[in-house]
Amino acid sequence: MWNTFHDAVRPLVEAARDLTPIIAVILFFQEVVLQQPIPNLGDLLAGLLFVLIGLALFVRGLEIGLFPLGEAMAHAFAKKGNVFWLLLFAFLLGFGTTVAEPALIAVAGKAAKVAAEGGVIEHSRMAMADYAFNLRMTVALSVGTAIVLGVLRILSGWPLHLCIMAGYALVVAITYFAPEEIIGIAYDSGGVTTSTITVPLVTALGVGLAASIRGRNPVLDGFGLIAFASLLPMIFVMLYGIVTA
Amino acid sequence: MNMLDMFVDTMLSTLRDVLPIAAVLLGFQLLVLRQSIPQLWSVIRGFAYVLLGLALFLMGLQEAIFPLGEVMAKQLTDPHFLYGSAAHIPELIRWQDYGWVYVFAFAIGLATTLAEPALIAVGIKAQQVSGGAISAWGLRIAVSFGVAAGVSIGCFRIVTGTDLWLYVVAAYVVVIIQTRFAPRMIIPLAYDSGGVTTSTVTVPLLAALGLGLASTIPGRSPLIDGFGLIAFASVFPIMSVMGYAQLSRIMGKSQQIKEADNAL
Repeated sequence: MWNTFHDAVRPLVEAARDLTPIIAVILFFQEVVLQQPIPNLGDLLAGLLFVLIGLALFVRGLEIGLFPLGEAMAHAFAKKGNVFWLLLFAFLLGFGTTVAEPALIAVAGKAAKVAAEGGVIEHSRMAMADYAFNLRMTVALSVGTAIVLGVLRILSGWPLHLCIMAGYALVVAITYFAPEEIIGIAYDSGGVTTSTITVPLVTALGVGLAASIRGRNPVLDGFGLIAFASLLPMIFVMLYGIVTA
Repeated sequence: MNMLDMFVDTMLSTLRDVLPIAAVLLGFQLLVLRQSIPQLWSVIRGFAYVLLGLALFLMGLQEAIFPLGEVMAKQLTDPHFLYGSAAHIPELIRWQDYGWVYVFAFAIGLATTLAEPALIAVGIKAQQVSGGAISAWGLRIAVSFGVAAGVSIGCFRIVTGTDLWLYVVAAYVVVIIQTRFAPRMIIPLAYDSGGVTTSTVTVPLLAALGLGLASTIPGRSPLIDGFGLIAFASVFPIMSVMGYAQLSRIMGKSQQIKEADNAL
């Protein structure tokens, strides 16, 4: 009885702790720097309450649902020992979670506007929609590829930092050739691709795989999938910019 | 009623987000792995919690925090606030005049990253897997300071109008040097934390800040200069997490030395 109660209350307390800094920043800037009263105080309080309960539920759901599932599937794949299915799963997980990502849809729309204004594509609704769609597909493909590469790395035990440094070198080299308008978007697209539900699943997958393969250390080999997922989109998007220009 | 509509809306869009993932998971579970999921009921309940929690979280953000954050970003970058009145706006922009913008960027970067759900998830996992050697809270603080520093430097870049790639390349060089010296255990986690920082909470606020800055400063194009803040927020946490690990190792060493001294 006490345990259930404790399990329900702990995430709430932690969520409250996590949100305090946001409230402090808003209060400080509103009252001290801008010296303006807070508009719609009631709305703000109601919104904060939603955020609090939402965050607590999310964390609880991670612990009882997403994490165990991700790990169970990783173990099952490791036991099955079929690399093809595992890699296909990795690709689809990366592709599927990115294609529908709202942050990416927003960024792709803006990027199309930049391209149209820069004269790269025609300034018509059709051309811009096409450009945005292709860009989204490019990023989704790159994230799918990234998770595949990350899983291959866990299987093979390559040191992560060498892979990432090679990736950085590639980013820098391609930046030199990429059209200027695409660079900012490309660099940003690395950050926006990894959504709130993807991260826990992918992390659980990586850690679960590393834990069930002999000779792999979950801390050293389990993490790093997200690093690939934020690096590859930069490369792919700049390549896309070079190809379309 | 309005609230309810909004909740249903957010719930539906979150559901649409989750559907492809659920389809992939289910398809593989049923067709390829063909194994029953252990504690299926608890997994389903967990998914329901995540969905409901995320919907509430997003709705609360959209209702309360985003509008306020956007208004504040606009006001802080407004020349009337910066120079007192429109008459005093100088021809040449001095980066020093934007002091409060950097402070705001730092504070909002720090505060929003602490509440980022994806980072919370990685923190929990890291603490679990490392058997407590890496603390979830310590990791999150380190990442948050990285984002904070990154975002304020990113704002400085927009104000001065310097090239984005210069900063990114310089940051990469620092990351590579740090990788050489940081404890091996922290490196994968540090690289990962670059990607997780910028999802639900941070991106919209940063976008508002970047666009606000780029559109009020003469000579900056919101379309070109407004981008790039997220890139800063993803590189700097890598440095701060490795820095945190290096620092705690140094502290640990001096602690050991002290203990050794005491033992003597």
